[in-house]
Amino acid sequence: MSHRSSVPLAWRRFEARYRLVGNRCLTCGTIYFPPNAICPKCRRKGKLEKYQLKGEGKIHTYTIIHAAPSGFEKRVPYCIAIIELDEGPKVLGEVVGDLTLLDIGARVRAVFRKIYEDGEDGIIHYGLKWELV
Amino acid sequence: MTRRVCVIGVGLTKFGEHWGKGFRELAIEAGIKAIEDAGISGKDIDAMYIGNMSGGRFIGQEHIASLIAGELGLNIPATRVEAACASGGLAVRQAYLAVLSGKHDVVLVGGVEKMTDVKTSEAALTLVGAADQEWEGYHGVTFPGLYALMARRHMYEYGTTREQLAMVAVKNHENATKNPIAQYPYPITIESVINSPPIAEPLNLLDCSPITDGAAAIVVCAEDVAKKFTDKLVHIAGSGHATDTLALHDRESLTEIKATKLAAKMAYEEAGIKPAEVDVAEVHDCFTIAEILAIEDLGFVEKGKGGEFVEDGETRLDGSIPINTSGGLKACGHPVGATGVKQIAEIVLQLRGEAGERQVKDARIGLTHNVGGSGATAVVHILERDW
Repeated sequence: MSHRSSVPLAWRRFEARYRLVGNRCLTCGTIYFPPNAICPKCRRKGKLEKYQLKGEGKIHTYTIIHAAPSGFEKRVPYCIAIIELDEGPKVLGEVVGDLTLLDIGARVRAVFRKIYEDGEDGIIHYGLKWELV
Repeated sequence: MTRRVCVIGVGLTKFGEHWGKGFRELAIEAGIKAIEDAGISGKDIDAMYIGNMSGGRFIGQEHIASLIAGELGLNIPATRVEAACASGGLAVRQAYLAVLSGKHDVVLVGGVEKMTDVKTSEAALTLVGAADQEWEGYHGVTFPGLYALMARRHMYEYGTTREQLAMVAVKNHENATKNPIAQYPYPITIESVINSPPIAEPLNLLDCSPITDGAAAIVVCAEDVAKKFTDKLVHIAGSGHATDTLALHDRESLTEIKATKLAAKMAYEEAGIKPAEVDVAEVHDCFTIAEILAIEDLGFVEKGKGGEFVEDGETRLDGSIPINTSGGLKACGHPVGATGVKQIAEIVLQLRGEAGERQVKDARIGLTHNVGGSGATAVVHILERDW
């Protein structure tokens, strides 16, 4: 798909997607991941700076996907969860590792993985997945 | 005194796989039926709003509103409205506001989607466009997946059971057997839902609304003008619209749709009624869990008790608040841009006493609830008859 094969579209998200860099509002202290373009609590009074998250948290809820969208068909079944990071924000991602440990509340940590390939000649997208610990 | 706004005509195509009919034929068929039902002619129409989610990706066609106006031979202002699966409901609201403002007297609202001209995986990818592409779609989540995340959390927090989810689908299929336009007018059982193939656990195939072609249309009209055409006026007594973050993970609670609560509050206040006064409702059951969230967030039952409420039969045709008499998105079908308009059409038929075998006795106040994405848009309308 056209939006998926855009190099700048992928490139401008590297810091957040590869290294879990979010942001924090200096006015109210709220931490955001994915990084927000504005602090919705303070709006124009807010001042955002980059913030490095540790990459540890617990599973808030999860599902096992059996019917995948284009580009993910070969991976089924796979686990998608919403992770509650220790710093507060929640984020969606794939859970990997020993899935017998899978449960609401189970601890996970961020690991760097391939997410999907945009066809044979397209971009190979990387990012973070969440490994059960 | 503010102007009162009415719905004076409705039109629906059959919902299903229309291999022989294209986008424009479906739109025109519903539009003509609504115009005939209202007893107006094309020259009476001042403006048009069309709900459509993704003509661009389903059939490669943008510029939808002018396409339909052109086909109808009308040169009136025509506007496409997009809010994912809430496009139809939001188009109705734009027409309501246009008439309420006094700018227009008679407005045609259409909702249309032609989804079966692409492969299922392609359709799924298009629908994920209603989620946050950069932070949700990127990781391979699907729409059933997002609602499955909500379902799992609702089960965890409130003890909602797998069987209770299935009961929503069973009830909606039962209603669809009484609806001539329904895509799946076939009864199913709890066992068949639970044993259907898994799509995104805990949701199975029969927990999910289908991919559908179809169109719906209504004629919205100022009350003073409407009296020229018909005596059976159904008023839009309240209209509410709210939004929330596109990404599910950015929301504080995953066991409620906050936008539904806010839109409902707006609509209830405008109509001056309480949830208990609603006689019949069409809610956004894109997945079984979505209907349970909806009946809680609309105030028909306390938060967390939706599953039990369904199990107790309260939402059946003969229950205290019949929900989705059309069969809902689940069994009547879900042509995404058309759904919100179809919901209004179904409630108008109910209030006029024209719903045939699925008629709710003496229905006087009805509600529609249309959601976009995983809850980033919600549109609620309250309709009422005076007679």
